[in-house]
Amino acid sequence: MIKIDSLRIELAGFTLQDIDLSIQDGEFFTLLGPTGAGKTLVLEAIAGVTPITSGRIWVKGRDITHLSPEQRGIGIVYQDYALFPHLSVLENITYGLRYHKADLQASRKWIKKLMAQLGLQALSQRSIRHLSGGEKQRVALARALAVNPSVLLLDEPLSALDPNFREEIREVLKKLHQRLETTFLMVTHDFAEALFLSERTAVLNRGNIEQVGRISEVFRHPATLFVAEFMGMKNIFPAIFKDTKALVENVGLDLEVPPGIHKGLLAIRPEDIIIRKKKFSGNGMNAFQGKVLDVIDRGPYNDVSVRIGDVIFSAMLGKNDLFELDLRNGKDVHISIPASAIHVLKNQDISNSDTG
Amino acid sequence: MKTKRKIDPFFWIAAFSSFTVVVFILFPLIEMVVQPSFQDLKETIQDPDVVRSIWLSIYTSGLAALISFVIGTPFAYLLARKNFWGKRLVESIVDLPIMIPHPVVGIAILGLAGKNHWLGNLMQQVGIHIMGTVTGIVTVLTFVGLPFYINTVKTGFEAIPVRLENVSRSLGASLTGTFFRVTFPLAWRSMLVGIIMCCARAISEFGAIVIVAYHPMIAPVMIYERFTAYGLKYSQPVAVWLIVVCLVLFLLLRIFSMPKEKRA
Repeated sequence: MIKIDSLRIELAGFTLQDIDLSIQDGEFFTLLGPTGAGKTLVLEAIAGVTPITSGRIWVKGRDITHLSPEQRGIGIVYQDYALFPHLSVLENITYGLRYHKADLQASRKWIKKLMAQLGLQALSQRSIRHLSGGEKQRVALARALAVNPSVLLLDEPLSALDPNFREEIREVLKKLHQRLETTFLMVTHDFAEALFLSERTAVLNRGNIEQVGRISEVFRHPATLFVAEFMGMKNIFPAIFKDTKALVENVGLDLEVPPGIHKGLLAIRPEDIIIRKKKFSGNGMNAFQGKVLDVIDRGPYNDVSVRIGDVIFSAMLGKNDLFELDLRNGKDVHISIPASAIHVLKNQDISNSDTG
Repeated sequence: MKTKRKIDPFFWIAAFSSFTVVVFILFPLIEMVVQPSFQDLKETIQDPDVVRSIWLSIYTSGLAALISFVIGTPFAYLLARKNFWGKRLVESIVDLPIMIPHPVVGIAILGLAGKNHWLGNLMQQVGIHIMGTVTGIVTVLTFVGLPFYINTVKTGFEAIPVRLENVSRSLGASLTGTFFRVTFPLAWRSMLVGIIMCCARAISEFGAIVIVAYHPMIAPVMIYERFTAYGLKYSQPVAVWLIVVCLVLFLLLRIFSMPKEKRA
């Protein structure tokens, strides 16, 4: 288990603070957040390559806060691969072996297996200069895993790759994690990546953790305005609550459970708003009549804005739906919003949020 | 139909300035090199004093570079990798020898080495003499050459991503192991260039040397002496030989420091 307790790092013009995390053994955990949120700093603090101001870090019950990086047994894979340019593929992968001599025979066997799994045998004598991005990242993974680290830190491992390699390495990461007992901790700014790979996530913003939880939970039920926006929620409105009713301007909505607060923000994912030609209601469904204001082509999908009462909602529709519904600006439509899709941002203090 | 492309005036300005600079540097040197007759050159190089002073120049400069390499490398690494309070000040101190007039350097070193100073006194008691010795020459040359070595190598270290070192340490290598297995193999070329810069600066030193150690005579001092005592004609052949030897040495080092692919 990785346990981080009140970690604080002060750098010129940036403070990472109140970082408390526990990550289970063998888990695939992601640190999500925009550029500059401090994700990489958390990673480098765990690796021991950046000085921390205060706080403690444990790995498998061992306090590693004051250990040097080489004593921690934690592997790291960077976005830019950080391969040693003066060494061949094999020399890169076996770099750490001499420091883990316990069983050289077993280590060699393990490396052979690892290289086979990652499809690197044919490249072993190559110079790393002539490898593709995907190959480089596979070498970097093999190098880090060669010494059997208890934790593997991944710093945006997919970001520098071309889209086809990105998919390849994403699969590789998933398979490796399933096969190994190593804990994977990945930093990313792409919630789709996190959703595909990880079980749990922590969302960081400006040096603070905004929310920790199961990735599906964070995705469906963001706790703060920042997380909601980061996870792609679009319909975020101030609302007044009473029991299971919510009032946004002059639009009343039924909620699934009483939010327990009087005033706050609610949020609805654009893909949860259903647009039909005919009225579509039922249990737990908020049904309205509305008007299409705008349709924007986004390639694989379309952004559709609709007006219900005084409120403008954003919906997301696939090509087929759009064609079938024959949506045009000004068209009257039926709109349904499931009560279960309406989410209240309980942790968001609305006094300092500016949603207009 | 072909349209004639208009050449931007900047092209002519750049061409003119390049030409001026190259001529300004090369013309006096070429003139000096071709003026002495072959006979003069032959006689000069057969003069044991000349050979001795050129050799002295080269090996004292080489020693200065070696010392710079030993004490300057860790320091350059520190400057490249760590941020600490007062770093700017330390960097300015390193640059001081570049700015100070050369005779002032000589006077400063002599002031320390003299009997009137406790350090000079101490050094003389253990048998280290600065005034008029090879030790003195090497001291002066190290003083003036060190900044060139440190600045060059610092830039070289800065060009190596710190992430490579981070990865090395995460794989189990200590700071020292990382330096010798990752940093050094990637930085040795910049160290060689640093040595060249340091040597080049050291070989050209004159002002500080005449104050600290006129004798034994290094080549620039000999050239100066022959010029004042016998005139231009007598000093030129020595200068030519110094230039030729340095040129060959630096060329060799340059070729050696080039990446393999470019060497051909």
